[in-house]
Amino acid sequence: MIRTLLAAAGLGAALCIAPLTNAAAPAAADTPKRGGILTFMIPADAPPSFDGHRETTYATVHAVAPFYSVLIRINPDNPSSTTDFVCDLCTEMPTPTDGGKTYTFKIREGVTFHDGSPLTAADVAASWQEIIHPREGMSSARESYFIMVDKVEASDATTVVFRLKFATNAFLPSLADPFAWIYKKEILDKDPRWFEKNIMGSGPFKFAGYEIGQSIKGVRNPDYYHKGRPYLDGFIGIFAAKQAVRVDAIRADRAAVEFRGLPPSARDELVRELGDQITVQTSDWNCGNLVTPNHKRKPFDDVRVRRALALAIDSWHGAPALAKIATVHTVAGIVFPGSPLAATKEELQTLAGFWPDIGKSREEAKRLLKEAGAEGLKFELMNRNVDQPYKYVATWLIDEWSKVGLQVTQRVLPTGPFFDALRHGTFDVTVDFNCQSVVNPLMDIGKFLPHSVYAENYGNYDDEKEIALYQALLHETDTVKQRSMIREFEKYVLDTQVHMLMTPWWNRIIPARSYVKGWKISPSHYLNQDLANVWLDK
Amino acid sequence: MYRYIVNRVLLVIPTLVGAAALVFVLMRLIPGDICEVRLSSGGGSVDPRAVALCHAELGLDRPLILQFLDFVWGFFRLDFGTSMWSGKPVAEEIAARLPISLEIAVMATVVAIAIAVPLGTISALKQNSWIDHVVRTTAIAGIATPSFWLGIVAILAVLDISHAVFGTPWMPPIDYVPFWQDPLRNLSMVILPAVTVGYRYAAVTMRMTRSAMLEVLREDYIRTARAKGLLERLIINRHALKNALLPVVTLIGIEFAFLIGGLVVTEQVFNLNGVGRLFVLAVQNQDYTLTQALVMLTVAVFVFANLVVDLLYAWLDPRIRYG
Amino acid sequence: MVDLTPPCASAVDTAAESPRPSREGIIGFCRRQPLGTVGLVLVLVMAVAGLSAEWIAPYNPTSNDFAAMTEPPSWAHLMGTDQFGRDLFSRIVFGARTALIVGFSCAIIGGGAGLVLGVASAYFGGRLDLVLQRVMDVVMAFPLIIMALAVIAIFGSGVYNVIVAITIPLIPRCARVVRSSALAIREVPYIDAARACGFGHTRIILRHMVPNVLAPFLIMLTAFVGQAILAEASLSYLGLGVQEPTAAWGLMLQGGAEEYASTAPWIAIFPGLAIALTVFGFSLFGDALRDALDPKLRDR
Repeated sequence: MIRTLLAAAGLGAALCIAPLTNAAAPAAADTPKRGGILTFMIPADAPPSFDGHRETTYATVHAVAPFYSVLIRINPDNPSSTTDFVCDLCTEMPTPTDGGKTYTFKIREGVTFHDGSPLTAADVAASWQEIIHPREGMSSARESYFIMVDKVEASDATTVVFRLKFATNAFLPSLADPFAWIYKKEILDKDPRWFEKNIMGSGPFKFAGYEIGQSIKGVRNPDYYHKGRPYLDGFIGIFAAKQAVRVDAIRADRAAVEFRGLPPSARDELVRELGDQITVQTSDWNCGNLVTPNHKRKPFDDVRVRRALALAIDSWHGAPALAKIATVHTVAGIVFPGSPLAATKEELQTLAGFWPDIGKSREEAKRLLKEAGAEGLKFELMNRNVDQPYKYVATWLIDEWSKVGLQVTQRVLPTGPFFDALRHGTFDVTVDFNCQSVVNPLMDIGKFLPHSVYAENYGNYDDEKEIALYQALLHETDTVKQRSMIREFEKYVLDTQVHMLMTPWWNRIIPARSYVKGWKISPSHYLNQDLANVWLDK
Repeated sequence: MYRYIVNRVLLVIPTLVGAAALVFVLMRLIPGDICEVRLSSGGGSVDPRAVALCHAELGLDRPLILQFLDFVWGFFRLDFGTSMWSGKPVAEEIAARLPISLEIAVMATVVAIAIAVPLGTISALKQNSWIDHVVRTTAIAGIATPSFWLGIVAILAVLDISHAVFGTPWMPPIDYVPFWQDPLRNLSMVILPAVTVGYRYAAVTMRMTRSAMLEVLREDYIRTARAKGLLERLIINRHALKNALLPVVTLIGIEFAFLIGGLVVTEQVFNLNGVGRLFVLAVQNQDYTLTQALVMLTVAVFVFANLVVDLLYAWLDPRIRYG
Repeated sequence: MVDLTPPCASAVDTAAESPRPSREGIIGFCRRQPLGTVGLVLVLVMAVAGLSAEWIAPYNPTSNDFAAMTEPPSWAHLMGTDQFGRDLFSRIVFGARTALIVGFSCAIIGGGAGLVLGVASAYFGGRLDLVLQRVMDVVMAFPLIIMALAVIAIFGSGVYNVIVAITIPLIPRCARVVRSSALAIREVPYIDAARACGFGHTRIILRHMVPNVLAPFLIMLTAFVGQAILAEASLSYLGLGVQEPTAAWGLMLQGGAEEYASTAPWIAIFPGLAIALTVFGFSLFGDALRDALDPKLRDR
């Protein structure tokens, strides 16, 4: 439903986002060398299937993205940007016509699938059709992103036309989705589930083997349409769920890199042991842990209690310390830090939980708790069975809360039961999360809207005023006004109502063997993983 | 004897059915299900329609009793269906992981027996001497150390030592190659986990050998043999050890069945793509079909190992046979 | 039949005393069982630490100190600090309490349930025995760690749920051993005598059968404490043991071993040692207990 709101507003956020500044990507000034096999670790046991249209996990993207092409994508040479979209299979980024409702893409000619057959506009249109309006009996994980699309069609062999129900600038960023792989129409028509267990694309690498639950292999596609790419002869992705193994493997050069993100301790170990043989790239991550109190459970229906929870937390001193041990870094509000829509430090410091004077803040928290009759409150913090940063953040929060007399224990659940508890509201307070791929603040802050509007909100509250505020800021086209409206929304959510609490945003740390070149970090572990630009300096 | 065998074999059936019921109920008591895990693992939006579709695909919308009967009937036909997570046949999923687990289990057993039986015997013969104390202390230390810790320390030691000695850190390979393809690579991968598991296994076996040996040494026929003036070595080899080994073999047999389950933690530590890791994965993903098949496999191995042991005992001990 | 005659009762009760092992003094035990004594000392040290953690621990085990993160052992922090700047020594000491709670709860509940089921099974026999034994078979055959994982997934982590998860598999193992000891005693004449005297089932079980299975039962209990502590560590390794901020050895070991084994090894070494030494202690003590209680295993 949020997508409907957004689409109705006819307003994209992507326009007003400046490139990130803190991506410490070293420029690859030297000329790329060809050849070599890249071995990298995939921090998962096994992807559920190879079908990107259906799956949502990085395990599928990291393993399978190198085999496929997409229509458009984030610029692989500038992946930390959130506005720099470029063509992959198309020849030119289109200018919308028909009042912003028609997008016409010219498809490259001479592109072939790995089986040698030509890739045409019909394949592109058919693949997008499956993503946007899957046929009966099939599911698409991203159907709801494309509520604004009326239809996709191939008007001739080299032209794909997207016709929208209404104009919206949110369309292009959504189109750059890293899972939107182009499949062969003939196969899709015969068996729409074929791609769950098989791989056949047109990407920089050809599928060369999969050892179930262990590794996936690709070899260079000599007919790749981006000339001179890929540089690598091939790659091997090794699945390893346990972190210690992945770090050991990089240290012993059994693998060169892991692309999701390792904690600071792993970075420290690798740098200490290997010195300049390791190069570290770091970026703010478009993911964050939130804290959601269950508004249906007493006493969290009382805004004073929720506010006290926020006021007890000292993010300004906590974040720099946590950054040394957990994959979190930047203190920010509801908007991805670095975005021009994000709050400045001064603006933040007016909100509960961000006061500069923590002593005063905690006094206020104690006062509120006393007033609400919740002094020395005992409750359970629910959490997911994930070390980094979920459990680290929770350990910190529990200690912070203890400083205003709250007695908190932690209940950790594996993924399935965790989501089940979230959906059924069987928790007091939970560690929650918001993790998106392409940075798009207006879409991303949907997380804070009530469940009736945004399905993944688990606070169990309704708030007409909040929805009204959100709709107003969505309809606003003036960026300056929009920014101040976001401040108003942020203040309402985090300070007035304290529907949820922020914790420091995640920090993506990628230590790689220094011979790995050409890979640049982005604010999401889903983006920029086709490996076409990666080369080995050996 | 015949009656006993029939009775004993028939007893296997309720155990298997009971285990089937237990795993079936246990898995379904875990809140949430595989569709939710799968659709929300990336943190994306979960469309109720997609969940319903997924349920229908996997047959999770059918009445529980039908699902159960299907599972039990499938088990007796040795057809476990397809994994709910990967969509591949369960037999294929397990077959892909079995070789490495078996290899480690066998190697660990060999390591264990090679260490345990001689040491356990010496320990019993020299009861309460310093050798006995050293052996027992080492054995108990093996049981007392958390196996994942041992594993992590072992890898780290290899890394640090190789780094110090050769200048570059080295660790065993992390992708499995079958023994017949590349014996050296295979062994270098398997030896560390096998020793880690084997140490613990050896400790248990060693204690068993010692106490079995101690009991046998007090039996009358040993005393008789001694009284007859037979050579001590002959007594030990011909009489004592042979009889003491029976419970030890039993233990080894039963522990071997346990071993597959015990590999759960070790396989995680060494990132071995074995049955133990698959087990944890299946439970975490709430993959009913795969978990059920794995549990039934483990239970069946355990039950049949016990059956064989019991029948063996009956054959050896007339009291049971006719009792 | 309810009318009991004292002579009959006392005669039977005296008969029950006879198979008990003779007593020996603590000094005797120490002299005869040097390893057992080491075990006993380790167990006592751990028990004292756990019981009086408040007085021993120099710091609050759960309060973070970001000014002292991952510090190596020093005079201020005898065992160093962990990633949150918490004093490891204090956490080890409080962890002893958690270990005591988990270890003894599991052993006593699991052992207690096993004792009741085992004795009942042996005493009443027949259909009850048959059914109970099948149930025990099923639980015994079921992979332990998987059952524990499932139980935690159902109820969530937390000290009490962890105890439940670890205890369930202990029950049948105890019941088995108790049953076989009890079966042997069931055939002994004085039980028949007790029946003939018209004693109630409860009295016969409590006064005659239970005391006679007590020796193997106690030995098993000591083993269970160690096993429970180890099982908690394994669960912690899979992320589902006792949770932060509670000071628990398995949890500390997991966190330290997974991330800091190389950069700050003391975080993993001390909890690892604590677990190993405690389990070691219980095992040695249990062995010595067995040797002392079982006359067959004594010195020639």
